[in-house]
Amino acid sequence: MNEAGPPRRTRLKEHRHEAELFRRRAIAGFVLITLCLCVLASRFVYLQVWRHDEFVTKAEANYIRLQPLAPARGLIYDRNGVLLAENKAAYRIEVIPERVKDMPALLEALGAVVPLSDDDIKRFTDARRAKRKFQSIPLRFRLSEDELARFAVNRWRFPGVEVVPYQTRWYPKGAEFGHVVGYVSRIDEDDLRILDTKGDQGVEIAALYAGTTHIGKTGVEREYERLLHGEPGYEKVETNADGRALNVLERSDPKPGKNLYLTIDSRLQEVTESSFAGRPGAAVAIDPRNGEVLALVSVPNYDPNLFVNGIGQADYSSLLTAPDTPLLDRALRGRYPPGSTMKPFVGLAGLELGFRTPQDTVMSVGEFFIPGQARGYRDDIRWGHGRVDLELAIEWSVNTYFYQLALDMGIDRMAGYLGQFGFGAPTGIDLPGEGGGVLPSREWKRATFNKPWYLGETVIAGIGQGYWVVTPLQLASAVSTLGNRGQRQTPHVLLATQEGLGMDRVPAVPPPPGAQVIKKPADWQAVAAGMHGALYGDHGTARGLAAGFPYQIAGKTGTVEKFSRTTNEWEARASNAELALRHRALFVCFTPAEAPRIAISVILESAAWGGSDAAPIARKVLDVWMANQPPATTTAGVTP
Amino acid sequence: MIEVLLQRARDAAVQLWQRPRLDMPLLGALLLVMAIGLTTLYSAGGELGLVLNQGARFILGLLLMLAISRVPPGTLRTWTPWLFAFSVTLLLATAVLGEGRGAHRWLDLRVVRFQPSELLKLTMPMMVAWILHTRPLPPNWRDIAVVGVLILVPVALIAKQPDLGTALLVAASGAFALFLSGLGWWRIGTILGAIGAAAPVAWHFMHDYQKNRVRMFMNPEADPLGNGWHIIQSEIAVGAGGVFGKGWQHGTQSRLEFLPEHTTDFVFAVFSEEFGLIRIVLLLAIYLFIIGRCLWIAAEAKDTYSRLLAGALGMSFFVYVMVNGGMITGLLPVVGVPLPLVSYGGTSAVSLLSGFGVLMSIHAHRKLVR
Repeated sequence: MNEAGPPRRTRLKEHRHEAELFRRRAIAGFVLITLCLCVLASRFVYLQVWRHDEFVTKAEANYIRLQPLAPARGLIYDRNGVLLAENKAAYRIEVIPERVKDMPALLEALGAVVPLSDDDIKRFTDARRAKRKFQSIPLRFRLSEDELARFAVNRWRFPGVEVVPYQTRWYPKGAEFGHVVGYVSRIDEDDLRILDTKGDQGVEIAALYAGTTHIGKTGVEREYERLLHGEPGYEKVETNADGRALNVLERSDPKPGKNLYLTIDSRLQEVTESSFAGRPGAAVAIDPRNGEVLALVSVPNYDPNLFVNGIGQADYSSLLTAPDTPLLDRALRGRYPPGSTMKPFVGLAGLELGFRTPQDTVMSVGEFFIPGQARGYRDDIRWGHGRVDLELAIEWSVNTYFYQLALDMGIDRMAGYLGQFGFGAPTGIDLPGEGGGVLPSREWKRATFNKPWYLGETVIAGIGQGYWVVTPLQLASAVSTLGNRGQRQTPHVLLATQEGLGMDRVPAVPPPPGAQVIKKPADWQAVAAGMHGALYGDHGTARGLAAGFPYQIAGKTGTVEKFSRTTNEWEARASNAELALRHRALFVCFTPAEAPRIAISVILESAAWGGSDAAPIARKVLDVWMANQPPATTTAGVTP
Repeated sequence: MIEVLLQRARDAAVQLWQRPRLDMPLLGALLLVMAIGLTTLYSAGGELGLVLNQGARFILGLLLMLAISRVPPGTLRTWTPWLFAFSVTLLLATAVLGEGRGAHRWLDLRVVRFQPSELLKLTMPMMVAWILHTRPLPPNWRDIAVVGVLILVPVALIAKQPDLGTALLVAASGAFALFLSGLGWWRIGTILGAIGAAAPVAWHFMHDYQKNRVRMFMNPEADPLGNGWHIIQSEIAVGAGGVFGKGWQHGTQSRLEFLPEHTTDFVFAVFSEEFGLIRIVLLLAIYLFIIGRCLWIAAEAKDTYSRLLAGALGMSFFVYVMVNGGMITGLLPVVGVPLPLVSYGGTSAVSLLSGFGVLMSIHAHRKLVR
């Protein structure tokens, strides 16, 4: 622009011209600088006005972290308010790695004051890898009073080590409710996935459980996990670039989980469990009117408290390898042949399906033959019971009557009717892991073994043998349905919920009633009379059991061999002690017979006879039940 | 003998006190920026010690400014070749003996450790002005070549230290003297074109971290936690400040340590976050005023040497502001240039105030006075 400049002819300096030249350059420079600073200023405008909101969000995302606060887990009570699961204050040792110079030396020195197991140290080392070095990591849980005191004295030696109070789950009734209430334990990946698939509308499961360390693994704790868990609160925490929390900006309190009241009556549960005296087996008591489970017992059992903070390897393997499999919930998953307890149902099927009238009789001669086949099917009495109708057949448990009836009905018709009582399918109780049993039929055998059905299998199915498998719960539920004159109710354990201590109990919505499976009341009368006779008749299989009991009881015994009865050795070695090795004793009953308020099934492994071994357990349960019946219920209750 | 010296010193002090002959508008603007700087530092550093430290350096710098302002430009001009030779020698010594955090910048003189490259920020424009002072202006290609070599050698030494920021400032101070001498526009264009053509060569000689900075400037999201972190966090700080700012000591980006170097190179981001756009514009206006005032002083200077020196010093002050501001807003790559008189650091404060001492001297000896 100004290249013309001074003429080149002279190399002399022209001061005035140079001053002018400089002035122009200075002005040009100033204008350029101003322009540049305007560009810079517009960049500020762009960042601070145009993209302001975006950067505010980013800055907040930088320093604000939501820290979840775990809600207090709901408590679990029995129907009368007896505490079954609570949260107990406990103390644990936590270590902040950042403040420890020499970790192995610290662990060794600390171990001398408070015993540390290998499990503790392993868990601690694993957790260290997953956390940042200024985060506190738990090392040892559930300090005893003694350990607490010893650490307090030595505390000055361990900078970076803290005793922290926390809440731990505690099951005051221990093993007695181990199978029903279940237990909580540390969350793992699978748990969250299972919760996820249960589908919570719109609620991010991972967010709900962000602050939670424990989750229900079995029993009620698992089934009602969502109710018990509650909703987490949050702390809005200001953090620095390292992620270290500096202070709390905002806080919303967690919403504690709901307290649950179970239908179980701990007094019945207790007497049921103790009546087994440690012998393996299971018993279930149900209120037939509504399906409320009053007792749900599986023996042997285990102490759920062992699992809460991670069960030690030694404890766990001893539970796993115990011959009586204490971890198996026999009441829900035990697989037993029902034996003679199936007879009232088979008899009912005969009446309802029109193959028999209550008056029809069958001649028992001690052995039953399918026409044209050589194999004999025996009665309990070698010379036979003589001519019996349905009532006597049930009272005396006459096999021949039911052999013939099953043969007449055919397996498929029989299975079709008995399926309505819930055999062959889970009852739908609100507990996880229920077994379905086996309701034998032609179709079932084809699907399972791909084999044809034999007539002999129909015959033994008539007395609850062969392929039959029931769970104690299934049996109790079926007896309960029978007692309730065919009106099915789904068994359940949740009675009521409660928002918090001192709040009102809110009754849980019971499962809807099921189908009515008995069409003719006369049919029911005949079967019930037979079951009544089993306890009160001269030759009833459980005669004498009801002595002194104020209500009429209807029941049925069952004795099942683990092996089939094909040799004569059975009679040669028939002492009770010998039999106990191969028998299972069963007993089902309901009372008051006309309008039952409790139905029970008892299955005792390794016992000689249903009447002499299983039935007394039921009687003990009934006595306690009776003793606790409020008079009001008796008068206002359903009496015929 | 001693009494005579003492007497003379006393006279000088009295004269200094009674007739400082400083340019009051410029001094006022400088003091204002320093006050803003100390305020920002208090918030960014979070402690008084930092502020007191910086304040002490400001006082040292102001005393130095006062002393230099007493030296007539003529005397400065006579010393110029020697001062320049001295500073280049020190620079060479640093290259051989120097020490510093990963970079050979510092020369340990036992009493003080300082960066010889800082000296060149002052001696470079002096030298260029000294050469052009005797030449007829505008300079011809030969003069330009001489000046070019004088600029390039020390700049290359500094860039190799590696200290890209200072190299840039030194180069700019020399180049501005050349620009102000009336260099023809098409020659300017030719030189800029040549520099552009040489850029790939410069890239070749750059250190890896310098290359990374340029790459990160192009795409900071490529490595948000590593090399891109500075740029991203700085932009967040600036953007979150908005029009009115978050308020003094309420900037989360620096207080919570998201912003690296938040007392030194990135202090402007702290200022932006806490004080907002309006006060940024005000600060930039003060800087512009300082630059304008320098050019005004230069225009009134009595000879070519003074003019070029004053103008070059004023314009290189702009480079500080532009490069630092461009860096914290993501407009320019990350280059270690402080925000003048705000960033924490003694060397730059003292050398900047020394430069203003020269300006004050030129102002005191302007032609209108005599």
